[in-house]
Amino acid sequence: MLSLLLLLLSLPPALALECSKDHQDGYQVRLSIKTALGDQAYDWNESELFLFKATIAFAMRKYTKNETYDVSNIVVCNETPRVSFWFIVVNPENPTLAITKTRVEEAVRVSRNRINNAFLLTDKTLEFLGIPPTLATPVTPATPPWLIVFGVVIGAVCAGIVALLISSFVRGKRANKAKEFAEEDDQAKGADKGISGETFEDRNGVYNQAFSDDDRFTQL
Amino acid sequence: MKLKLPNPGLDERIPTHAQLEKLEVEEADSRPKWDNKTQYMLTCVGFCIGLGNVWRFPYLCQSHGGGAFIIPFLILLVLEGTPLLFLEFAIGQRLRSGSVGVWRSISPYLTGVGIASMMVSFLVSLYYNTILSWVIWYFFNSFQDPLPWSQCPLNDNRTGLVSECARSSSVDYFWYRETLNTTTAIDESGGLQWWLVLVSLCAWTVLYVCCIRGIESTGKAVYVTSTLPYVVLAIFLIRGLTLKGSTSGIKFLFTPDVNELINPQTWLDAGAQVFYSFGLAWGGLISFSSYNSVHNNCELDAIIISIITCCTSLYAAIVIYSIIGFRATEKFDDCLSGNILALLNTFDLVEGSINETNYDAELQRLNGTSPDTIQGLQLKACDLQTFLSEGVEGTGLAFIVFTEAITKMPVSPLWAVLFFIMLFCLGLSSLFGNIEGVVVPLQDLNVLPKKWPKEVYTGLTCLVSFIIALLFSQRSGNYWVSLFDTFAGSIPLLTIAFFEMIAVAYIYGIDRFNDDIEFMIGHRPNIFWRASWMVISPLIVFAIFVAYFVSKVTEELTYTTWDPDSESFPKLLARTYPGWIYVIIFILAGVPSLAVPFVALYKYIQNRCCRDH
Repeated sequence: MLSLLLLLLSLPPALALECSKDHQDGYQVRLSIKTALGDQAYDWNESELFLFKATIAFAMRKYTKNETYDVSNIVVCNETPRVSFWFIVVNPENPTLAITKTRVEEAVRVSRNRINNAFLLTDKTLEFLGIPPTLATPVTPATPPWLIVFGVVIGAVCAGIVALLISSFVRGKRANKAKEFAEEDDQAKGADKGISGETFEDRNGVYNQAFSDDDRFTQL
Repeated sequence: MKLKLPNPGLDERIPTHAQLEKLEVEEADSRPKWDNKTQYMLTCVGFCIGLGNVWRFPYLCQSHGGGAFIIPFLILLVLEGTPLLFLEFAIGQRLRSGSVGVWRSISPYLTGVGIASMMVSFLVSLYYNTILSWVIWYFFNSFQDPLPWSQCPLNDNRTGLVSECARSSSVDYFWYRETLNTTTAIDESGGLQWWLVLVSLCAWTVLYVCCIRGIESTGKAVYVTSTLPYVVLAIFLIRGLTLKGSTSGIKFLFTPDVNELINPQTWLDAGAQVFYSFGLAWGGLISFSSYNSVHNNCELDAIIISIITCCTSLYAAIVIYSIIGFRATEKFDDCLSGNILALLNTFDLVEGSINETNYDAELQRLNGTSPDTIQGLQLKACDLQTFLSEGVEGTGLAFIVFTEAITKMPVSPLWAVLFFIMLFCLGLSSLFGNIEGVVVPLQDLNVLPKKWPKEVYTGLTCLVSFIIALLFSQRSGNYWVSLFDTFAGSIPLLTIAFFEMIAVAYIYGIDRFNDDIEFMIGHRPNIFWRASWMVISPLIVFAIFVAYFVSKVTEELTYTTWDPDSESFPKLLARTYPGWIYVIIFILAGVPSLAVPFVALYKYIQNRCCRDH
């Protein structure tokens, strides 16, 4: 009878799971609120801890899809002024059993973004030591942006080259035409007035090509 | 009394003062002309102000005693730079021809000087435009947020960052791997990189469209390319001065160390910087000046351009170092926060109990109580001075240090776009002078049919250069560019400059030159100019040449490589050049320099043969 009583008395402590530092199924969490928020940092108190327990419970519910986790299933210990602590998740049906480390890790990874946002923190400032942050895949657009800019620049430059070459060609042709007219004109005028050595420029000043064709015909 | 070498037939080869006067008045000259004086000044300023003013001068200033470096720089600018500048302007304006034409007029035996200038201009334009194509690549990549060099890419199974990037930094990785895709040694060519070929094509076509009609088109382009850098530098100055830590950068730059003045290397570097910065001996300045009117005041031009170059160098140095100061402070703060966080985490102290001010005291205290834990943490030593003096010259400055600084500024893509467009304009305006120094001698030498229009000459030059520059689009291209940079532009230019001064002072005759200057600008050059041309400047150039030559020949030639497998990674690994590189070095440095005596010899032999017949 007495031995049975003793046995019964020794059971309750075993019923509540001991959370301790370096527990095999526990994770250490570290928050750097001042680094993240600066002047708008909030104080860490019991209510915030309650929120944390609630988010972890939410993460477990989401991951397992039907098992009803509650804040009492998240056991926290070893709180420090740094704002770091250890937590263990226990099975809601059997509070003596801890949920394995890997399951907790996967649950946290799935809802990591939600947990971060509840505290206005990021992967770097709300650390789960041992759970690596999920790296976001960088967005790679279909065409690399530099090719687009390259296309625009090359198009503009080639258009410029073509335009300049055409204008040089046209200018050259006009100059040749004007030269032909000038030679004919010179011969005609030279015969009239008998002045052979005078250059075309001296008599008429600077030759303006824009009015070339009209001028020649009327004079002739 | 004055030494003058015999030079028969000089008067037949050059136009007389009377003929020049007639050409001036009648405007019957068929040579191209500047539209106005501004174009000419902007072109010369653009040619003189190049990438070296942004990434070589600030580094020299800081490494040779800060403010004290300005003293040798100014002295050598006055004794070496400005007289040579005046000489080139005056001779070009007087003889009204490009570099080959000018030296051929003075004496047919001196044609080699012009040919050497042309070769050097060609070789340098090859690698200079490659650097510009890298600038274009970064410019094209600046039109996205976040900038591609601000973060490391993920590895294949998305568990972490690519190892090469994680061990060095995202800017290093983007430069060495994603841009250059560099090999580990110069003999491993690695094949052409298609994106580098594309940007090289872009660089050469942009250059072609600007140079297509010679100074007619470059004269318009310089309104933008010569003025935009000043605007962008002003914007960066204002931005830089409002950033934290910029003043520490400027202080670091200008803190004088008078002991550096005794170090001969300081004077050597100052002399070399003045020389290369002014674009002397390329032939471009002679060409540009030959399009001026005969009575243009070239003395005043030389002085103004010297002052502008000097001031711009200092201005750029201030801007660069304000940004470097900002970057160094950011890195220092990051380093310190990392250490503080490590301490807080290990000892579970309240956040904010250790900050920058009490860090040292707290570290001492903790070291006293638990030295082993502190040892185990392996805290990094954070020193602002180390960060400030990190390799900040050349491509390293532009593509690694500055790009890193830009990623830390708000609205980074804007600053990246501005910075790279500024670098592009600086480089492009210098290239205009180079292309001028290649195309005009080609026309003077009658290598190609004379009736081909200028567009074909420039097009052919750009096309041939693009094909040869494909060498730099290989994976080992970066090593080839530094090879060209070290050898193609250094020794030949010093040789050419030396011969230029000897030619004008002793073969053309200093008396005749003084008369010419009196005819052109109205008064004879004073004793300072005459002394510089005849004695001081040639001596300085000769001294720099000898010092340079001796140092290169005696030391074992090494180059730095990016080798992810080496032990010192991410620091660059020094390697010695393979044997066959010495042949290349001889072609780059030796052939242009030897062109001067060889062409003289060839002409002499030709003369003797003709006279005998």
